[in-house]
Amino acid sequence: MTTTDSPPDAKPGRLKPPTRRRNHGDTERGFSRVFRWITTGSGAFLLLVLAAVAVFLIARGLPALTASPEELSGKGGLPTGMNSLWDLVGPLVFGTLLAAAMALLLATPVAIGIALFISHYAPRRAASVIGYVIDLLAAIPSVVFGLWGGRTLAPIISDVWVWIAGVLDFLPFWTVNVTNTGRSLATASVVLAVMVLPIITAVSREVFLQTPTLHEEAALALGATRWEMIRTAVLPFGRSGVISAAMLGLGRALGETMAVLMILSPGILYSFQIFDSGQQQTIAAFIASRFAEASGLAVNVLIATGLALFVITMVVNMGARAIVARRKEFSGAN
Amino acid sequence: MAQRIDVKDLNIYYGDFLAVEGVSMTIDPKSVTAFIGPSGCGKSTFLRTLNRMHEVIPGARVDGSVELEGVDLYGDDVDPVAVRRTVGMVFQRPNPFPTMSIRDNVLAGVKLNNKRISKSDADELVESSLRGANLWNEVKDRLEKPGSGLSGGQQQRLCIARAIAVKPQVVLMDEPCSALDPISTLAIEDLIQELKKDYTIVIVTHNMQQAARVSDRTAFFNIAGTGKPGRLIEMNDTATIFSSPAEKATEDYVSGRFG
Repeated sequence: MTTTDSPPDAKPGRLKPPTRRRNHGDTERGFSRVFRWITTGSGAFLLLVLAAVAVFLIARGLPALTASPEELSGKGGLPTGMNSLWDLVGPLVFGTLLAAAMALLLATPVAIGIALFISHYAPRRAASVIGYVIDLLAAIPSVVFGLWGGRTLAPIISDVWVWIAGVLDFLPFWTVNVTNTGRSLATASVVLAVMVLPIITAVSREVFLQTPTLHEEAALALGATRWEMIRTAVLPFGRSGVISAAMLGLGRALGETMAVLMILSPGILYSFQIFDSGQQQTIAAFIASRFAEASGLAVNVLIATGLALFVITMVVNMGARAIVARRKEFSGAN
Repeated sequence: MAQRIDVKDLNIYYGDFLAVEGVSMTIDPKSVTAFIGPSGCGKSTFLRTLNRMHEVIPGARVDGSVELEGVDLYGDDVDPVAVRRTVGMVFQRPNPFPTMSIRDNVLAGVKLNNKRISKSDADELVESSLRGANLWNEVKDRLEKPGSGLSGGQQQRLCIARAIAVKPQVVLMDEPCSALDPISTLAIEDLIQELKKDYTIVIVTHNMQQAARVSDRTAFFNIAGTGKPGRLIEMNDTATIFSSPAEKATEDYVSGRFG
């Protein structure tokens, strides 16, 4: 596996050259050294930006975190009936995660299907056309998606939601409410799914195309059909890449603002009534809808919710990395 | 187990390009047949037509016939998937599935086509296949570890175990030792001698000593020049090919005068 590790018995300093030059000194002169600083600087800059954002969110969110309930419901602009910041952030986090999770659930299987079609089924010319169309989908501004989702899709798809709610009517202890306007979280999730589809497809396609021919031929030579070849060689090889792709999509779904804002009829509840209006809201759409009119402590409240979104995104990404790393031994990288 | 292969007037094309022209040969059951020849002479291409693996490349096609015990592999009602289950293949570079354990690698072919296999049958098959590939003693304590953690020679024997686990009639080997060190090569060559008791073996090799060591019959392929099709020049008992070949080109090649 790794062969670059230095032997464990190497004493520190034993391998150092006798001169005072640094390790890279003998190969780095002129532009080589400058380039080293450019790359190091770029890396450091990225961390700096991330740290700056985190500091901003914490510093400006802190007043909201430490304010008393009276202040929050007064100047803080907390909706009536709420006593603490958590009463606001909790349902928003819930709504954000629910919308993003549903979008991902809808988009990932479709994206994998499209990516496999492009990489392993379509004739070459058709594949490039479809790939191009998918990339175009990524270029549509989210405002346009919002307009389309709210004006065109919602009225049409509400019939589907009504039908599903009717089918689910048999469930005991739970009544499925449904709105006739279609301005529900389910509709928002469908639009989010369309929006994250291109990125998941594009990344998955690249990963699938990189499946070693050696492994595909190994499967075929054993008498695999095309689907079995994909199952034994392509999908296991692409697994971690597809997870990364889904996480990129999840990042976009979590942070998407305009489309949700324009489609969803919001409410701040812990509610699984995804076909009803006035139930959930996402953090990004909430901030966007309130920010223009907020002042003083209300701004701090909004920034505190933004901090929550920041934390969610980080946790989700770390979780994804943990999933990818867990089966590293079998990843094919060694 | 082992079956006889008859090839008649086989032409192999990539699109409009004629890669190999007019090959006719007979390969005896339970024997080792070696294909030798310079690079690009079409011996690997020809090998891949024996289990229809060349069809994986878009535009590849053949005319002529390849018969396995009298059944034309290119007949209208013959499924290439079924052909490849009967005629197994081992590739130039060891290619165990990296995401699978050693055990799952051996069972990979068996589990295809929705076949179910009981755990005890699977255990038995894993052991017999790995024993058949002379690998059992080296891996029996780490069957659940990934196959990619083995050495190159062990990986290649794992691939052989995987190929024979589906109980083929014929095993094709496309330069199976070219990525291996001499010790691993020796292990594979010994294994080929074992395997020929049960299977028809066809091996492509760049190494003439290897052909002389392992094969019963040897076929020499050559190419007239770049862009010209490869041809079968001569096929005979290995001893004859290396001592008194009929063709001048064969003699030049096996004596090291070119190639």
